Amino acid sequence: MKISGAQMVCEAINLESVDFVFGYPGGAIMNVYDEIYKQDGFKHILTRHEQAAVHAADAYARVSGKVGVAMVTSGPGFTNAVTGIATAYTDSTPLVVISGQVPLALIGTDGFQEVDAVGISRSCTKHNYLVNDINELPRILKEAFYIAKSGRPGPVLVDIPKDITSEIAEFKYPDSVNIPTYKPSYNGNNRQIKKAVDAILEAKKPLLYIGGGTVLSNAYQDVREFATLTGIPAVETLMARGVMGDSNELLIGMLGMHGSYAANMAMSEADLIISLGARFDDRVTGKLSEFAKYADIIHIDIDPANIGKIVDVDYPIVGDVRTVVEKITDSIKDKIKPQRYEVWRDILKRYNEVHPLTFEDSNDVIKPQWAIKRVGELIGEKATITSDVGQHQMWAAQFYPFDRPRQWINSGGLGTMGFGLPAAIGAKVADSEKIVVNVTGDGSILMNVQELVTASEYKIPVINVILNNHFLGMVRQWQTFFYDKRYSETDLSYQPNWKKLAEACGGIGYDVTTKEEFDAAIKDSIEKNQVSFVNVAVDRFENVLPMVPAGGALYNMMLEYKER
Amino acid sequence: MQKVRRVISVVVQNEAQVLARVSGLFAGRGYNIDSLTVASIPNSDMSHITIVTRGSQRVIEQITKQLHKIIPVYKVVEHSSMVEKEMVLIKFPLNENVNIANIQALFEAYNGSIVNASDKMIIAMAADESKRIDHCVEAASIYKPIEVVRSGVVAMERQ
Repeated sequence: MKISGAQMVCEAINLESVDFVFGYPGGAIMNVYDEIYKQDGFKHILTRHEQAAVHAADAYARVSGKVGVAMVTSGPGFTNAVTGIATAYTDSTPLVVISGQVPLALIGTDGFQEVDAVGISRSCTKHNYLVNDINELPRILKEAFYIAKSGRPGPVLVDIPKDITSEIAEFKYPDSVNIPTYKPSYNGNNRQIKKAVDAILEAKKPLLYIGGGTVLSNAYQDVREFATLTGIPAVETLMARGVMGDSNELLIGMLGMHGSYAANMAMSEADLIISLGARFDDRVTGKLSEFAKYADIIHIDIDPANIGKIVDVDYPIVGDVRTVVEKITDSIKDKIKPQRYEVWRDILKRYNEVHPLTFEDSNDVIKPQWAIKRVGELIGEKATITSDVGQHQMWAAQFYPFDRPRQWINSGGLGTMGFGLPAAIGAKVADSEKIVVNVTGDGSILMNVQELVTASEYKIPVINVILNNHFLGMVRQWQTFFYDKRYSETDLSYQPNWKKLAEACGGIGYDVTTKEEFDAAIKDSIEKNQVSFVNVAVDRFENVLPMVPAGGALYNMMLEYKER
Repeated sequence: MQKVRRVISVVVQNEAQVLARVSGLFAGRGYNIDSLTVASIPNSDMSHITIVTRGSQRVIEQITKQLHKIIPVYKVVEHSSMVEKEMVLIKFPLNENVNIANIQALFEAYNGSIVNASDKMIIAMAADESKRIDHCVEAASIYKPIEVVRSGVVAMERQ
């Protein structure tokens, strides 16, 4: 069958059973958009900015487990998308980004809307292609989807010159790929696994250190089963919230800079760390020389480069978390009893009792933590929570009762403000049964606020809970703690009228100052089933605690802030 | 941590961008490149890149692992027992004070010879281990060379 390059793109997307594509047209990608108009496979959602298109595709992928697809034009269309691509890269989201490029003959001439897309994106994509022959397009598209979702997932860019999208050639979408240079290993080395099992059987204070890779490999049931079987307690990273489930007694909490006291102490006192798809990020480890000082480390990761990158590892296992955990469970089943670690669990339980994650509630002003907890009480497991970046993100991670993986969608690695609203759109599209709440701040929300229009147009009802402290809160907090309260450029007292802003874009707005108003706004918002802003006036100077100051040891937490 | 010098061979699919992917990795992650050579492997669609780098053991390990992650990278070899050679071309002015025989003798000591001569200059080459090339260049300096061009290292495992 002979078809155009533009048709090939649409065919490939449909053959990969992607049902939503997020994008923004422009000169160099117009041929593809013309085919989108004509086809009746996937639906296209027109965001109002290319960055938002990529974030939405990213969240769509995180919630559905499928590959997300974003489509942009050349030049500024592509450069706008870069932040989204880098966000997906850092959090290992499977994504295919299709970008238009100037015609082949114009490449290298500084043509209108020409930019070196593959050059710019090389360091923030898993792989990228500049297509220079239509005959290679079917193979490249197939490879792009395969590379994006296999091994450690990541974004792949396919940059297609305009003349290639109009050219006609034979189209046969390959059934399989053959990339001799790319063979991810999933199974884990059996000898290493055996050694790891022996280490677990020896350990007295083992700890599961669960990272985002557990979510990506759909391993949560296996991990829960392993934990239950062995009685080994677990800590979760920011990216892994929901894996163990909030009510799971073996879950000690989130660890890291704003992790719980018990989780960080567990890491500091354990004698064996079993790392599952986590990468020892600096926000997790704190001061490296003090990190998990007494522990041997089993590191299970599909990306060999993660192993030994930050810390020395005693039992490296390259493989898929799910496959490896299944194998470990199989060989440990009859050899271990959960009672074995009772004392260890009791110690950690006591840490949680002595220094629980907490905040001082108030009846005069809404505390941001209360708002998060309240959303949890009102919506709970029926919600998908997205977030932007800052204090609200940390409070959401700390206080929301996450029950399952893929319920919590945030920009953990890159920390991209402006992620939340477009991500909420992608999350809702991927799973419309869920009530999607974007927990955001008065700083972050303005970074992609134009997406209100997208949500209104497509009737994608996402609730934006703006924890409004009239500050760039997290930076303000650091200024309070470490910069003698010199609030340089963090005061956001000058604000838009949030209610009117939402209304102007076709949504609903609520200004909330009391708990009653908060409840009413959330309930009304769910009922009206429309995109909304719930503008919550919260305590201006609330801090995210506990906190491990950057570069400090994990066990040296600031549990409260005392005025100096 | 102590820095070590390492010679790394990278066999890559011979395609557009691949050298940029490799060198970009070093630039982006702050790794050192002392020298880099690249040429296609005869009768194949692969190229051979030889990189001389230095870093702590952890950094060297990261370099090889990160190189592996580049999709068109087929093989990465961190050389331990190898034959290592580098070439140098040196241009000297030719006048009545220059003793060509001495220059010829010097370069013969480093697996080389005079490879070109004109009425104003001569060019000599040597091919040897990098350290010995350093010595050769140093020794040649007494003849006031006009230009020195080194090729960078190529290496091959002994086994």
